[in-house]
Amino acid sequence: MNKKKVMESFNRQAWIFIIPSMLLIISFVFYPMIQAFITSFQTGTGTNLSVNGIDNYKRLLTDTTFRKALFNTLLYLFVQVPIMIILALVISSMLNNKKLKFKGFYRTAIFLPCVTSLVAYSIIFKSLFAADGFVNAILMKVHLISEPISWITDPVWAKILIIVAITWRWVGYNMVFYLSGLQSVDDAVYEAADIDGASAFRKFKSITLPMLRPIIIFTTINSTIGTLQLFDESKNITGGGPANATITISHYIYNLLFKYSPDFGYAAAVSYVIVIMIVVLSFIQMKAGDKND
Amino acid sequence: MIKKISIVLQHIFLMLLSILSIFPVIWMVIAATNKSVNVTRGTLTPGNYLFENIKALLDSDLLYLNAFKNSFTIALITTVLAMLVSSAAGYAFVIYRSKVRDMVFNIILLSMMIPFAALLVPLFRLFGKFNNIGILKYISINTLASVVIIGVATAFLIFFFRQNTRSFPKELVEAARIDGLGEFRIFLSIFMPTNKAVYAAAIVVTFMTSWNSYLWPLITLQSADKRTLPLVIAAMGSSYTPDYGMIMTAVFLATLPTALIFFLMQKQFVAGMTGSVKG
Repeated sequence: MNKKKVMESFNRQAWIFIIPSMLLIISFVFYPMIQAFITSFQTGTGTNLSVNGIDNYKRLLTDTTFRKALFNTLLYLFVQVPIMIILALVISSMLNNKKLKFKGFYRTAIFLPCVTSLVAYSIIFKSLFAADGFVNAILMKVHLISEPISWITDPVWAKILIIVAITWRWVGYNMVFYLSGLQSVDDAVYEAADIDGASAFRKFKSITLPMLRPIIIFTTINSTIGTLQLFDESKNITGGGPANATITISHYIYNLLFKYSPDFGYAAAVSYVIVIMIVVLSFIQMKAGDKND
Repeated sequence: MIKKISIVLQHIFLMLLSILSIFPVIWMVIAATNKSVNVTRGTLTPGNYLFENIKALLDSDLLYLNAFKNSFTIALITTVLAMLVSSAAGYAFVIYRSKVRDMVFNIILLSMMIPFAALLVPLFRLFGKFNNIGILKYISINTLASVVIIGVATAFLIFFFRQNTRSFPKELVEAARIDGLGEFRIFLSIFMPTNKAVYAAAIVVTFMTSWNSYLWPLITLQSADKRTLPLVIAAMGSSYTPDYGMIMTAVFLATLPTALIFFLMQKQFVAGMTGSVKG
C-alpha cells in the first residue's frame, strides 16, 4: 500500500520533469506542423486565408521556380553528400593509423571550419570568390585563367561554389563521427589483416566500412536532413541566383513568405514537399542500412 | 618501399586538405587587419588596419555592439534554460522509465525529422498572434525571447541527456531517496554535479547553435535594434559596395567567441556533437 503510494508520487513527479519540454515541443513543432498542413489547402496571408483545396499542390506541378529549387536541392544532395562522406571516411581511416605523424594537427585543421557559423563562412566564401576576390586574383596571377571566373553570377560555377563551400564546412564534422567510431575497432583486427597481406584499400573496404556502417547511416541521414533544409548558404553566398540557379527549397519558401507577394498557403504546400522527402529518404536509408543484417 | 610511398602520399593529401581547411579562416583574419583595397588585391600578409576597421564598424549605423549584446543575451539565456528543461526531461525518461514515457520520448524524437522550413509559416503566424495574448506578448514576434523559447527544448538535447543518463548509477538515486532527499534535489544536487562533463559538452553545443542561428532570428527579429550578429553580418555581405576589411572584421569578431570555446574545450566540443550517437 505504502509502496504503491510512493510509486504514484514518483510517477507524478516524473511528469513534472518532462512536461515543460513536452509543452514546448508540442507548441512549437507538432502544433505548427498540423497548422502548416491545414494552411497548405488555403491561400492568402495572415487573417485573410481562404480555402482553395488542392490548388496549391496543383500549382507545384507547373511552378518553374519550384522545379529549379527542387532540382538544386536534389543536386546538392546527390552530388555534395556522397563527396563529403567519402572524403570524411578516407580522411578518418588515414588518421586512425596510430603511427601517423602530425595526426593531431591534421584533425584539428580539418575540423576547424566547424567553428565558423553558417552565415560567417558564407560571407567568407562570397568574398573569396567575388569577381574581384582573392581566388580570381590568385588564379590570374599564376596565369591559370586569363580573365576572372564569375563564380557567383554564372549558373554553373555558382552551383559548384555552393557545393565546394558546403563540403568545406562539413567534412571535418563528419570525420569526427567516423574517428570516434573507429576508436571502438580493435587494432588487432587491422594487425591481423596486415599479416594476411591485405592492401590499404582492402582493409578500408572489408574492415573500416562494415564497422562504421551504423555511423555512416546516421551521418547520411543527418546530412540528408541538413541538405534538404539548406538556406544560409543559398541566401548569403549567391542570394539564390543568378536567376534562381542556386536557390534551395527552404530559400524558396522564405522568398514566398517575405520577398514575393506573400502567399502563406502556397509556402506551406512547398514546405510539405520537404517533409515528405525527408520521411521517404530517411526511411529508404534506414532500410538500405538494415539490408545486410 | 610501397608502404613508404603510400605514407608520403597520405601526408601530401592530408596536408593539402588541412591547408584548404584552414586557409579561409586565416584569410578572414588577414582581411580583417587590412584595408579593403588591399584585400581585393589579394594580399596575404597581416596588416595593421584592424583597429581602423573596428572603429569603422562601430561607427557605422549597423549597431554592431548592440547585435553582439543581443546574440550574447540570447545564447546565454537559451543555454541556461535548455540545460534545465531539456536535461530534466532526458533524465526523467531514464530514471522514471515507463511504457507511456517511452512512447512520449519516441514522439519527441520524431520532431528531429521535421525541417524547420516547414514550420516557418505557422510559427511566424503563431508568434504574430502572441502580441494580443496577455503574458505571451513578451515572447511575440520581434522580441529576443521569441528566439530563446524556440531553442530551450530540443529533441537533440533531450536525446543527448537521455543517452548519457543511462550510464548514471541508479543506486545513487535510491541511496539519496533513503537519505530523504526529494526527487528534484536528487536531480539538482546529485545528478547535475556528477555529470559535469556531459553538461559541459551540451553547453558548448547549445551555446554555439544559438550564437550561430540565422533563419528564425531573420524572420522574428525585424527591427534593427533587435538584430543578432548573423543578421548584421548577412546584411553587410549583401551590400553593393562591400568594404571587405570591415566585413571580415565583423565576421572575425563574431567568430572569436566560438573559436575560443573550440580551442579551450575541444574535447567537450567533440563530445557534444558525437555524444548522442554512442550508447
